[in-house]
Amino acid sequence: MTGEAIVVAFRRRQRWAVLGLALVAAVTLGSAVVAQFDFLDGAAAFPKAFAWMAANFVPDARAWHNFPNILTRLGETVVVSIMATTVAALVSFLLALLGSRTTRFHPAASAVVRAVASLGRNIPVVAWAMIFLLAFGQTFLTGFLALFIESMGFLTRSYLETVDEASAAPVEALRAAGTPWAPLVAHAVVPSVLPALASWMLFMLETNIRSATLVGLLTGTGIGFLFDLYYKSLNYPSAALTTLAIVVAVLLLEGLSNVLRRSIL
Amino acid sequence: MGPYPRDAEVSLGPPVSNLLEIHNLSKDYRGTAALTDVSLTVKKGEFVAVIGRSGAGKSTLLRCINRMVEPSSGRIVFDGQDMLLATRRGLRSLRTRIGMVFQHYNLVPRLTVAENVLHGRLGFKSSWAGLLGLYSVSEKRRAWELLVQLGLEAQVHQRCDLLSGGQKQRVGIARALIQDPRLILCDEPIASLDPGSAKVIMDHLRRIAGESGITIVINLHQVDVAAKYADRIVGIREGRIEYDGSPKKLNKKVVQQIYGSQSDDLLVGELAE
Repeated sequence: MTGEAIVVAFRRRQRWAVLGLALVAAVTLGSAVVAQFDFLDGAAAFPKAFAWMAANFVPDARAWHNFPNILTRLGETVVVSIMATTVAALVSFLLALLGSRTTRFHPAASAVVRAVASLGRNIPVVAWAMIFLLAFGQTFLTGFLALFIESMGFLTRSYLETVDEASAAPVEALRAAGTPWAPLVAHAVVPSVLPALASWMLFMLETNIRSATLVGLLTGTGIGFLFDLYYKSLNYPSAALTTLAIVVAVLLLEGLSNVLRRSIL
Repeated sequence: MGPYPRDAEVSLGPPVSNLLEIHNLSKDYRGTAALTDVSLTVKKGEFVAVIGRSGAGKSTLLRCINRMVEPSSGRIVFDGQDMLLATRRGLRSLRTRIGMVFQHYNLVPRLTVAENVLHGRLGFKSSWAGLLGLYSVSEKRRAWELLVQLGLEAQVHQRCDLLSGGQKQRVGIARALIQDPRLILCDEPIASLDPGSAKVIMDHLRRIAGESGITIVINLHQVDVAAKYADRIVGIREGRIEYDGSPKKLNKKVVQQIYGSQSDDLLVGELAE
């Protein structure tokens, strides 16, 4: 390749970058026009919104009176999230070991596991909540199932990739030594992937505690329900305290999971 | 062992001399021939080096013996049993009698030396016992003995990712030995090692073959190493056996036959003209 050819190649790449940026800008502006969203109006709404929040969205004595109740409901949400995440992690772990190319259980198992993973993952958690709402009504079970299915889809997919990328070398060695399938997987694959699997599970737990609030709004359970109740009965100070409690809980759990993650890896 | 000898070689009768017989073995990968009509007989206790250029089919030949690669045609008789007719369970049982040592060691990096060595016993256990890693006291004692023999007593509880290449390969050898194998297949065991570590590994393998009568089939690409350690050299070129005989008869002309025209650059200084 001559020097001239490199110059031409770079110029072409620059032209594509400019074109790409222009396209993104056009799509954004086009959507705003369609949605009748005025950027200036939107920006102007900010000071007013903050002023309103400063006046109304502050916990008062009555809100603090509700605090024990808020904590109970928050606890329920956290427990449901933990349950859904851990059960999903266990199921995903088994599915990933059955479906991975490294462990080679069966080609059909691999296809089924991959289908289950993409079905669980590509339907959003809120949609699952709505589906289960029709079947199970406004109960904890609905929230649990929605979070579980979503987590199982996501974790199965991540676990599959982790196990697929695990080294095939020890697997080859143990197979050559006549090791049956289950001990082979337990000794040649699991020790190498376990830290990554645990890390994915902690990530899922953090995500689920946030999603659980939203799911609670729909299913009428946990902290999401309480927020909805306060907000719709115009009890803004209590709604504010609820929000505050959620934020603190999420931050605490994230800190805890970071500590755990560091000690695992 | 009971009061009576259990197998032929312990009794006074003529010993079973052929541990491994390969008849007309061929292997092709989607139409590309890797091995063509290879026949080879290995006696009990022999130290056989397989040499040849990269891609000549050395590794395929070795892996066909324990069916890590499925042969396309031919017959392989190991220890009196037909490898290719074995059922899944039968094959697993046959594989427990064949140790394997790899170029890249194939250890589990996050586990300790002792754990990796004991992996060699998993083929002898039920799935449940293996799953839970229930090793007997005598198996653990044996692992310790082997590690002492291989000079790794200080590393027993160390994680394998902290070892040097030479140490990792010694763990690989211990893992093969704890199987109490009749045959050890070594696939380029020193190709990733420095000359010093390579010598240690080769000396250990030679000692093992001499002391315990374990048969060794080893792939090597260094002609001089093969000539120095092996009882017998098998030269492979383009999937066919080109030479099969004593290292003493290995001369420049034969090496040229095995390696093709570029063999002038090879280390053949110690060999006869």
